[in-house]
Amino acid sequence: MDYTVAALKTFLIFFVVINIVPLLIWLERKGAAYIQDRRGPNRAAIFGVRLGGLIHSLNDVVKLLFKEDIIPSHVNKPLFILAPMIAMFVATITMAVIPFGDPVVIGSHAPFLLQVADLNVGLLYVFAVSSLGVYGVMLAGWAANNKYALLGGLRSAAQMVSYEVSMGLSVVGIFLMAGSLRLSDIVNQQGANLFHWNIFLQPVAFFIFLAALFAETNRLPFDLPEGESELVAGFHVEYSSMKFALFFMAEYAHIIVGSCIIATLFFGGWNIPFVSSEWIKMNADLVLKILWMGLGLFSVVGGSLLCRRFKKQRYGDLRDFEPLVFGVPGVLTGFGLLGLFAIFGNKVFLPEWGPSVLLAAIQIGVFLAKVLFFCFFFIWVRWTLPRFRYDQLMKLGWKIMLPLALANILVTAWVALVN
Amino acid sequence: MESIIFYAFGGLAVVTALLMVTRQNPIFSAVWLVVCFFAFAVLFLMLNAQFIAVLQILLYAGAIMVLFIFVIMLLNVREEELKPKVLQFSGILGGGAAIYLIILFALGVLKEKVASFPILPADFGYVAPVGKLLFTKYLIPFELTSVLLLVAIVGSVVMGKRKL
Repeated sequence: MDYTVAALKTFLIFFVVINIVPLLIWLERKGAAYIQDRRGPNRAAIFGVRLGGLIHSLNDVVKLLFKEDIIPSHVNKPLFILAPMIAMFVATITMAVIPFGDPVVIGSHAPFLLQVADLNVGLLYVFAVSSLGVYGVMLAGWAANNKYALLGGLRSAAQMVSYEVSMGLSVVGIFLMAGSLRLSDIVNQQGANLFHWNIFLQPVAFFIFLAALFAETNRLPFDLPEGESELVAGFHVEYSSMKFALFFMAEYAHIIVGSCIIATLFFGGWNIPFVSSEWIKMNADLVLKILWMGLGLFSVVGGSLLCRRFKKQRYGDLRDFEPLVFGVPGVLTGFGLLGLFAIFGNKVFLPEWGPSVLLAAIQIGVFLAKVLFFCFFFIWVRWTLPRFRYDQLMKLGWKIMLPLALANILVTAWVALVN
Repeated sequence: MESIIFYAFGGLAVVTALLMVTRQNPIFSAVWLVVCFFAFAVLFLMLNAQFIAVLQILLYAGAIMVLFIFVIMLLNVREEELKPKVLQFSGILGGGAAIYLIILFALGVLKEKVASFPILPADFGYVAPVGKLLFTKYLIPFELTSVLLLVAIVGSVVMGKRKL
């Protein structure tokens, strides 16, 4: 039974991550376009419906799946095939220890954990797994038997090993404050008070961790392993079809996992600012009504705003009706929700297990909102900052971030000792 | 269940260790060694030593072997330079002698009755108990180890820099 539940949870989390990836790719393209003052992808369509470029991601998936998979003759075949698998595997299994909410307690049943495994070594597991991510990149670079790929692999190995040090040291302060490596303990210690979250208590650690995370995920401004202007495409230059896509997906999965970790460590995980879980549980009926009304109003307002963008003969084809595709159902569901509320609003009472489930749903929602914000932050940074030079990168890692992280530990330990 | 996992991963450790020794290509040797470390981590987990298991992966697989592969990649070994390994008489002799000594040693140890150890608490392998031991009972060996590592770092810096 336990194994079945764990397997189901694993599958569900993997499924969610895999499905956020195409969405993030869409967000990346649209975000880049808006930052650079263009419109972004808006050509691909199904029967004329373009969904603001979202169809492009679907097209990409189909294209990458059906493209010919070329394995060049000069590569080291076993490692060439293994490398993308390692990259994807390592990027997703970190999710196993992320707590998505407080354990759900219904009646006298054993608490149901909203995470796959609540490990005692929690965060160390995250570091252990993410330190393996470098193998995918390195073996890909070496197996491709190509100068550019090899250089990309070497760069990434040096970069990841050196940034891992400051990343690991930056969170020692959090361990000192929480007194535990368990991620659920760290979240609980931060509590619902916004000013007790680690972003306020450990700001230095947060910035070091953030910078190191960018280096770990090989994103700009630290994307030297695949610096296009110098190394063509770096470690994945010889890859094609789905093997290339696996590297691409691994990068975005890494972003999602990284955002989860930032949200957990520094932004209170599933805690809602200033609203404690006990209060929600006590006033579950009220919260449900507020959410119900809010959702209805949001749908009506959002739907009508979309409908206002409808203008006849703007483009002169099916694109005219695009705002209506989402606008009209939005308005209708909104009115439906509000109407149902007017009729049944005062007659609905939650069953005994209601408050716990509602609380869990709200916590998961809040956590996912935080995660999506940081996913967007990654994209925002990528299209705003220029790339570092390699010696600057190493200097920043070893000569600035490492001493800062050490100083942070000293100060935190001193404060913890005094208190 | 426990014995199945033990024999599966113990066997995996032995097989991958053998593969690591017998591969011609040093990169493959390194990759098999990483798999071997994983098998060892599972064995540590079965002994309830979570902290050591994670450190095994974090340090050995995640840091040390990465540096090994890094160096191998920089060495740029060509296929022609990797001669096929030929069994030599001296090798067989040395290996046989080593196995003989190991068997003798094992027999000698097994002859004595194993002293009964006190039962450890269930959380002895977690982070806090291990940390407590390191900073109280084994503080001096721990600090001496760090001095040893420092010496190694200073030595490598001196050798790496031609002119200080």
